Amino acid sequence: MTGPAADGTAPGLRAGRVGRRAGGRFVVDGVTLAPRPGETVGLLGPNGSGKSTLLKLLAGVLGPSAGVVTLDGRPLAQVGRRAAARRIATVDQHAYTQNELTVREVVALGRIPHRRPWSAVSGDDARAVAAALARTGLTALADRSWHTLSGGERQRAQIARALAQEPRELLLDEPTNHLDIQHQLDLLELIAGLPVTTVVALHDLNLAALYCDRLLVLAGGRAVAEGTPGEVLTPALIERVYGVRAEVTDDGGRPTIRYLRRPPTADR
Amino acid sequence: MRAARVPLLTAAGTAVLAVSVALAVTVGPADISPSDVWASLAAHLGLGHGTLTPLRDGIVWDLRMPRTLLAAVCGAGLALCGAVMQSLLRNPLADPFVLGVSSGASTGAVAVIVLGVGGGAVPLSVGAFAGALLAFALVLLLSHSLGASMDRVVLSGVAAMQLFSALTSLTVLTSADAETTRGVMFWLLGSLTGADWTAVVLCAAVLAVVLAVCLLNSATLDAFTFGEEAAAALGVRVARTRLVLLCATALLTAALVSCAGAIGFVGLVLPHATRALTGTAHARLLPVTVLTGAVFLVWVDTLARTVLDPREIPVGVVTSLIGVPAFVAVLYRGRRRA
Repeated sequence: MTGPAADGTAPGLRAGRVGRRAGGRFVVDGVTLAPRPGETVGLLGPNGSGKSTLLKLLAGVLGPSAGVVTLDGRPLAQVGRRAAARRIATVDQHAYTQNELTVREVVALGRIPHRRPWSAVSGDDARAVAAALARTGLTALADRSWHTLSGGERQRAQIARALAQEPRELLLDEPTNHLDIQHQLDLLELIAGLPVTTVVALHDLNLAALYCDRLLVLAGGRAVAEGTPGEVLTPALIERVYGVRAEVTDDGGRPTIRYLRRPPTADR
Repeated sequence: MRAARVPLLTAAGTAVLAVSVALAVTVGPADISPSDVWASLAAHLGLGHGTLTPLRDGIVWDLRMPRTLLAAVCGAGLALCGAVMQSLLRNPLADPFVLGVSSGASTGAVAVIVLGVGGGAVPLSVGAFAGALLAFALVLLLSHSLGASMDRVVLSGVAAMQLFSALTSLTVLTSADAETTRGVMFWLLGSLTGADWTAVVLCAAVLAVVLAVCLLNSATLDAFTFGEEAAAALGVRVARTRLVLLCATALLTAALVSCAGAIGFVGLVLPHATRALTGTAHARLLPVTVLTGAVFLVWVDTLARTVLDPREIPVGVVTSLIGVPAFVAVLYRGRRRA
C-alpha cells in the first residue's frame, strides 16, 4: 500500500522518536513507527528489546518519556482514554481471569469503550459481538465457559474481544506464545487477514517473514532495521541482533531462515 | 437470557427482603404478630391509628424494626463492598473484613470514643472512615511491595486485621470502663444490639450514594476482568477509578462499622453466591448482591439473637462460622483453576 504523507499529519497511529525510561535507562529509545493503513507490521527483537513497551506506548497504556505517539496527527494523551480505546485494541500474550464468564461475555468486554454509563446493551453492541465471534470462528463456542477453552481458543477469544472494539489499529504482543504450531499458523492467518492496521510482536522469524508486510527490528530499545521481510531478515542482521548464525533462502520476498549449529569451540 | 432475568431477580429479591424483615421483626421473646408489625408501621407512617399498646409498639418500632433494618442495610453494604473489592483487586477473597478495612474502621471509631481523638469535634464515623482508609492504604502498599499476587493481598490484609484488632482491644481494655469486655466484642465481632433509627438512616444514606457510584461504574468494573492493563486498553482511567471506588467502599465500610462493628465475611460469601445467579457482569451482579446480602444478614441476626435465648451471640460470630468454610471453598476453587 502507498502511505500518504511520509510524516506530519499522517493518518492512523504513529510513534515519532518515542522513548520510555524505566529504572534509569531507556527501554525504548527513539523509535519511529508509522504503519500504513491496513498493513501488518511485525515487531521483532530478542527478549527485553522493548517490543512490549513499544506496544504499550502505542496503545497509550504507558506514556512516553520522550517523543510522541499520535493518532491522526493528535497526541494520544489529548485523544482521551475512551476515544483511543474505540480506535486502538490490544491483545496480550497471556490473558487470565479468575472470573467465571462465557466466551460471549469476554468478547462483549470490547464494547465497553462504546457504551455510556447506565446504558443498556444496544443493537450495535450485539451486532459487533456476533461479527467478532463469526470472524474468529468462535460462534459455536459463544456460550461456553471461558475457562473450558484451550490456549489457542482463548487467544482467539481475546482477538474477538479486540475486534468487538471495532478498532482501526490492532496491537498484539506475542499472541502465539504458548500455542502449538498449528494454532500459531491459524492465529497468524486470522490476524494477517483482518481489515485493520496491525502491529504484532513475534518471536519466530519464519512466521514473521511468512505473515507480515513489513518488519521493525528492535535491539536494546532501538530500531535497528525496518523494511519488508526480504530486506530485513539477512544473515548479517540475525547474527548482529540475536547472536546466532543462520542461512536465509528467499523465495519471492518471503525469506526462510535456517539456523546453524555453532562450530565446535576451539578452546578446549 | 441472563440479562432478562435481572429485573425479575431484583423484584423477587425485594419481595423476599420485605417479607424477611416483616417476619424477622415478629421473632423474639415478646410475642409480636405480623399484624402488630403492620399496625405499628401504619401508625408511624401516618396511615392509621395506633391500635397497639405503647409497650408493644415500642418493641416493634424502637427495638426490632431498627435492628432488623440495620441488619438489612449492613448485609447489603458489606456484600456490595465485597463485590467491588473482588473485581477491583482481581481477588476472589477480597472483603472489607478479610482485608482489615473493617478492623481499621473499628480502631478509628474507638480512638474517637475512648481516646477522645479530635477533642469531641470529630464524629465517630469520621474516625471510622480515617481508620478504614489508613488500613486500606496499608494493605495496598504492603501487598504492592510484595508483588500483589492473590495470596500477598490476603496475607497483607490478615496482618492489617491483626494489627488493628490488637490496637482496638488495647484501646478499649485500657480505658478502664465497666463495659470494656462487651465493647471489645462489639468492635471486633460486630453486633446489631445498639441499632437505632439514626444508625439506620446514616447507613442507608451512605449505602444509597455508594451503590449509585458503583452502578455508574459497573461497565468499568467489568473492564477489570483481565487486569488493570486490559482495563486501561479498554479506555478506563485506572488510577482514578481505583481511587474513587476504593474510597467509596472504605466510606461505606466505615459507616457500617461505626454502627454495627466489624461483621465479617458477608462481603466474601454473598457476591460469590450471587454470581451463580447473575453471572459476573456488574450491572446485574451489584443490584442483586445488595438484596441477597440484606436478606442473608436479616436472618443471620435473627438466628444470633434467638438461638441461645435469652443470651445473644454476636452476629459476627455467626457470619464467621458461615464465612470461614466459604473462604476455604473459594481458596480451593482458585487452586484448582491456577
